[in-house]
Amino acid sequence: MDAIKRRKLINSLILVLSTLAALFGLLWLFWILGTLLYKGLGSLSWEVFVGDPPAPGDNTGGLKHAIVGQTIIVFLATVIGIPIGILAGTYLSEYGKGSRWANFVRDLSDVMMSIPSIVVGTFVYAIMVKPFGHFMGLAGSVSLAIMMIPIILRTTDDMLRMVPPELREAAYALGATKFKVIKDVVYRAAITGIVTGVILSVARIGGETAPLLFTSFNNNFFTLNIFQPMASLTVTMYDYAMSPYKYWQDLAWAAAIILTFGVLGANILGRVIAHYKFKK
Amino acid sequence: MAFVIEPSEPEKIVVDHLKFYYGNHQVLKDISFKVPEKKVTALIGPSGCGKTTLLRCFNRMHDLYPGNRYEGRILLDGENILDPNYDVIKLRIRVGMVFQKPTAFPMSIFDNVAYGLRLQGIKNKTELADRVEKALKDAALWDQVKDKLNKPATALSGGQQQRLCIARAIAVEPEVLLFDEPTSALDPISTAKIEELVVSFRDKLTVIIVTHNMQQAARVSDYTAFMYMGELIEFNKTEELFVKPKEKLTEDYITGRFG
Amino acid sequence: MAKSRGFWADWTFGKVAALSALLVVVILIALAVVLYGESKLAIKTFGVWKFITSTVWNPPMNKFGGAPAIFGSVVSTIISILIAVPVAIGVAIFLTEIAPHYLRTPVGVAIELLAAIPSIIYGMWGLFFFAPFMRDKLQPVIHATLGKLPLIGQWFEGYTPGIGLLTASIVLSIMILPYTAAISRDSFKMVPDILKESAYALGATKWDVMKDVVIPYAKLGVVGGVILSLGRALGETMAVTFVMGNQPVIPHSLLEPATSITVTLANEFTEADTDIYLSSLFYLAFILFVMSFFVIVIGKFLFLKKVER
Repeated sequence: MDAIKRRKLINSLILVLSTLAALFGLLWLFWILGTLLYKGLGSLSWEVFVGDPPAPGDNTGGLKHAIVGQTIIVFLATVIGIPIGILAGTYLSEYGKGSRWANFVRDLSDVMMSIPSIVVGTFVYAIMVKPFGHFMGLAGSVSLAIMMIPIILRTTDDMLRMVPPELREAAYALGATKFKVIKDVVYRAAITGIVTGVILSVARIGGETAPLLFTSFNNNFFTLNIFQPMASLTVTMYDYAMSPYKYWQDLAWAAAIILTFGVLGANILGRVIAHYKFKK
Repeated sequence: MAFVIEPSEPEKIVVDHLKFYYGNHQVLKDISFKVPEKKVTALIGPSGCGKTTLLRCFNRMHDLYPGNRYEGRILLDGENILDPNYDVIKLRIRVGMVFQKPTAFPMSIFDNVAYGLRLQGIKNKTELADRVEKALKDAALWDQVKDKLNKPATALSGGQQQRLCIARAIAVEPEVLLFDEPTSALDPISTAKIEELVVSFRDKLTVIIVTHNMQQAARVSDYTAFMYMGELIEFNKTEELFVKPKEKLTEDYITGRFG
Repeated sequence: MAKSRGFWADWTFGKVAALSALLVVVILIALAVVLYGESKLAIKTFGVWKFITSTVWNPPMNKFGGAPAIFGSVVSTIISILIAVPVAIGVAIFLTEIAPHYLRTPVGVAIELLAAIPSIIYGMWGLFFFAPFMRDKLQPVIHATLGKLPLIGQWFEGYTPGIGLLTASIVLSIMILPYTAAISRDSFKMVPDILKESAYALGATKWDVMKDVVIPYAKLGVVGGVILSLGRALGETMAVTFVMGNQPVIPHSLLEPATSITVTLANEFTEADTDIYLSSLFYLAFILFVMSFFVIVIGKFLFLKKVER
């Protein structure tokens, strides 16, 4: 019976240790979150949302240019990324099913999902910024779209494969073409899953900074022209946080909290939809 | 209304007004009967009747999950195992269990069988080897695996894995062995072998077996308990229960009118 | 011959879908080819082995060696993994076997949400809060403990301005912690309940079940997850850029400012004024791409693929 006592002792010891590890890990994370809330909420004001970009040393001004720029860049990335991602995912699930080519594409797309985002930025710099001779908002969107496509591809593929084959067969039996079957039956059955995937992919790329540094770059003025350099919340945060001006640093924290709420909001939305969809 | 006999053999386990709840949902409703020592007792009934739930009370498997509550007593050799202070680890060493599906651990055949022994602190190599060999022989598996004891257990067939799990359970020489539908995932030939094993344990240890297969209960058990909707309807000698059931529900069930 | 109704829509859709799938492959190949093409000048000028081993990074002199950046990337990744993995596995054990059930879901979701926080937030926190903390509070502790160790003690000598290789590594480890913990927990969760119950039924304790059943069963998944975390740490930019110090040297002590591939790219890419400078930066990006490519392939296909089967 001695062995049992020893095992119980070790067991309690490990339980305590792993609880401590969990607490230790959470402690840091809560420190960061606390800081973000404290500094961010303290810096938020109406001026932050509507104000024009501040001049160096100035104590007024806001992030309107960056908020609008961020929205445009992410929106365009979504517009580029969604059709390609969904169509490619559809191909893997509905056309290439099980073929070596489809499996190869799926594997490559998984690899693409984990490529360092800054590397994607340098790639888009080489193919868009260099030939045109200047930074532009559109290049930022392309970088983000490249990161988004594999995520959407993967979820679309997974979701479509969960649609039972009988459903497709029933539609074929009525004389529908493959396109009709996919459009009217398969997509309809999988729509919630695909939407969730899209929302989560937006949450994932919305907070990216590195791919924008050399593509959309930054712009200290408000612009809607996607062929010009364009400010984004993330790059603005980077520049302002590194600046010597207290007011700019405060604006960086304001941008941080707006960005975090946006990203987490999208993430939670995606989870809630998925939760209700897959509860059964 | 339930018909419950007193077994003629000495009792190993006494179930005394047992009630069991998942959260607010009562699954077992006031069950009382005595499990005879060194006999095979079968628990039968339609799915959802609570037979597996009852079985899992005997080694307090329900403790692993939240929101479960026992009421009443289960006496093992006169001691109430539902007492919160009763040591579950010692209980589970005395009361072994074999599951619905083969559950070979991700380790070698030898280590699987030796696992429970090592947990008890047995380190001596010869003693381990002897007891593993004996357990494998008792589980009628020794001849098939003696040359590959160091191979991963997952390489065995389903039926062999299930016998390995039985060997693992009997290696620690439990007093009671619980079977939870042990053949539900197996082919007829493997099933027959497992049934032979169960019969061979009679007179050596106390066996309680849950089965959804009435013929199986009739073949292997000495006593049978029929349960329905969380209640014990009838507990009797197996040949009596199947030949002249005392309760209408039992009769309906064994004649295949529902279930 | 007349085609049936809907033929062309069907045909077009199939082709467009196939093209989209092809595009994924084209992008990845183009990425490799373009990065290589842009690095060519630097590869020709500095060679492969010489570039990787040369410690001189001097833009005004047009002399570029990748050793400081590669060193910083590799070392910060290793340190962050060494710190994050044990804690993450502790968290995962806590979440799967130990925490009371009512805590498991909320804490689990909290961890996943933390993994979704943009990495630039970690970087800003590192610059404004952790760096001063490191300089004022942790530094004396490190000097008094790690600095006194034989052999590796010298890695912890010297004085830090707060930012430096160790600071960056710690911020990085905090950033990857939720990710690693979430992957490990998912691997642990894949262990069937019935298998764990079988061990409990033999009288095992929670820890016995963990070490004898859950960890062996889930080990491929956990190792794969750790390797993917490693890839993530290697390619992470914003969490380290603020706190690395951007000094293109191999530091004598981990407390001193250094650089890494991502930090160098983030800081210098838009400032590169000569062709050879820009090409050297592309060269670094190409090296990073190759390194993370192999890390991902090993993690995904050597370990995680086996788990799926």
